[in-house]
Amino acid sequence: MGYHSVVCVKQVPDTSNISGEAMKPDGTVNRAALAAIFNPEDLHALEAALDIRDAYGGTVTVLSMGPLGAAEVLRECLYRGADRAVLVTDRRAAASDTLATSYILAQAVRKLKDYDFVFCGRQAIDGDTAQVGPQMAEKLGIAQVTYFEKLVELDGRTVRVRRNVGNGWEILEGRLPLLLTVLDTANEPRPASARRVMQRKRSRAVDELRKEIAAAMPGASEDERENAFADGVEKLKMAGQLIEQWNLDDIAADLQWCGLAGSPTKVHRVQSIVLTKEGFTEVPPTEDAIRTMIHELIVDHTLG
Amino acid sequence: MISPNRKGEVWVFAEQEDGRINDVTLELCGKARELADTLCVKMGAVLPGWNVRELSYRLIAHGADRVYVTHDTELEYYRTLPYARVLCEMITRHEPQIVIYGATPIGRDLAPRVASEMKAGLTADCTDLEIGEYEDKKNKTVHKNLLLQIRPAFGGNIIATIINYDRWPQMATVREGVMRMGAGDPSRSGEIIEESVEFSDFEKSIRVVERHREARKVNLKAARTIVAGGGGVGSKDNFQLIHDLAGAIGGAVGASRAAVDGGFIDKTHQVGQTGTTVRPALYIACGISGAVQHRAGMEESAKIIAINWDKEAPIFSVAHYGIVGDLNKIVPMMIKAIKERA
Ligand SMILES: Cc1cc2nc3c(=O)[nH]c(=O)nc-3n(C[C@H](O)[C@H](O)[C@H](O)COP(=O)(O)OP(=O)(O)OC[C@H]3O[C@@H](n4cnc5c(N)ncnc54)[C@H](O)[C@@H]3O)c2cc1C
Repeated sequence: MGYHSVVCVKQVPDTSNISGEAMKPDGTVNRAALAAIFNPEDLHALEAALDIRDAYGGTVTVLSMGPLGAAEVLRECLYRGADRAVLVTDRRAAASDTLATSYILAQAVRKLKDYDFVFCGRQAIDGDTAQVGPQMAEKLGIAQVTYFEKLVELDGRTVRVRRNVGNGWEILEGRLPLLLTVLDTANEPRPASARRVMQRKRSRAVDELRKEIAAAMPGASEDERENAFADGVEKLKMAGQLIEQWNLDDIAADLQWCGLAGSPTKVHRVQSIVLTKEGFTEVPPTEDAIRTMIHELIVDHTLG
Repeated sequence: MISPNRKGEVWVFAEQEDGRINDVTLELCGKARELADTLCVKMGAVLPGWNVRELSYRLIAHGADRVYVTHDTELEYYRTLPYARVLCEMITRHEPQIVIYGATPIGRDLAPRVASEMKAGLTADCTDLEIGEYEDKKNKTVHKNLLLQIRPAFGGNIIATIINYDRWPQMATVREGVMRMGAGDPSRSGEIIEESVEFSDFEKSIRVVERHREARKVNLKAARTIVAGGGGVGSKDNFQLIHDLAGAIGGAVGASRAAVDGGFIDKTHQVGQTGTTVRPALYIACGISGAVQHRAGMEESAKIIAINWDKEAPIFSVAHYGIVGDLNKIVPMMIKAIKERA
């Protein structure tokens, strides 16, 4: 029987490589100019789930909320060993803050029904909030363990895990289902396997297929395209290559808790970091000048 | 969720472990006191724990008018669910308008759980909090006296101001070390209010089997002077220069991430967004470019000396003294100059 895990993964702009071109003249970030990457800590969340499946059996389902492009990170999960992939995508989910996001993801997990573990990365590099995991756990009415580093013991419905809190660690015992947020020190994510890439590279979400057909049949009539699309969906299903695509209705989301309406926090103002050139005392690199500087610092009680 | 309550108090979650109040809590008390004074309301602290009543006096000394103590064996060690129950109960009973938490492993675990149950907003890792107004142009309304929650976003490349005008309390976590800790006034008086809370079996279901804490080996936050080395130091061997200068002025050793990644020094010494935030009397940056993630952790230092051979390095934009040149020559000159004075 084994354990069923759901792993939440996010596609994020690569904030670690922001260059001048990525800033718009008004000081806001031009997301389009940034590479979209797999949120680094989510890879460790995926690995933790795959580890459990490999050791005890069961399944790993990956779940992402985002624009259609996020299907890319789901495919990456399939290449690394995930069994099933679900993309929640809906314009009405745009502008969701962490609370609305956690509501939507929790609704999707509910729809998946039987789950023992929910894994999230500790935090995403575009916001660094670390809030979505704990908020999802609350919405699902299950316990959470953040800063997960190691599975110590798993016996039936009882699990012991170690969490690392920076200035120490602790081992907690709880009962499944449980939500865990995973640190990057927890494991070494496995790479995509060549065999799985071959198997799963044709996996598509329905809207991706629709786009591909529109691009491939520019002169065709609406009907012809629809037929090709229906055919394509059938083929993907048969081959087990369909990335399930859900909208807010599919997960029975109450719109008052989604998107802008469901988000208590609002962005009031955004400023880019501009270097303030206030000027400083330039000290020439000579012994005399440095002696004078040290003297000044002693006189004003900064030193000594 | 509670609705906006203009008479509500300003609260701090009082984080304690093993009978010790975390420094960030006292830093936050100072800030909360300021916010409460601006709003002309009382400032409160919520203190869950076991045998923690005595700690109330420190919270009062640092500005609390009221301390809500929940004393229960279930609260001996921090666990998400019982602590979240206490916070949610207190918020429901007393309807504060603002609740702030330290952005520590505890605060960052607890606050989102509470925010979700209360269906309230939460902003993570704020570096500043102010009271201000927000004009909602679409609905032509002005929301006065809101908590402006200021934080770096997008990997530190932008600063965002976040507000929450309808689903209260307004909540935020604040990074350690960014607010100044006051000296505390033991003669201040305040009220201690004992509150009892019931826990469900589910809330008690997680058990702490083993627990281990290390004393912080490197106490950068408490250091009056910090000498920090970066990628420009070049090697672990050469990092001895940084240790030597720190030794000469009696300061602590800090580092940029490039120095940590290069293996020159342990990660516990890292200053910056993903390291420690410091505000010493003097910060000496040697061979550090001054990337925004680094500056975020040190730019509040009272005095900054930057040593870098690239005169365009961004570190100079926050420096008070700038020395353009090779650190391998300049650092020994500084050591010599200091030794001469002693
Ligand atoms: C999400 C995220 C979080 C981060 N968090 C942090 C953080 O907490 N702390 C942090 O520090 N960084 C952090 N960084 C990394 C940060 O972006 C920079 O890469 C890092 O600070 C660079 O360190 P550095 O300036 O020491 O090294 P470098 O970029 O290598 O710069 C070295 C500098 O030394 C100068 N130099 C070289 N040789 C000499 C010499 N002989 N004499 C004088 N000057 C010399 C050079 O001119 C250069 O300016 C983070 C990055 C990301 C994406």
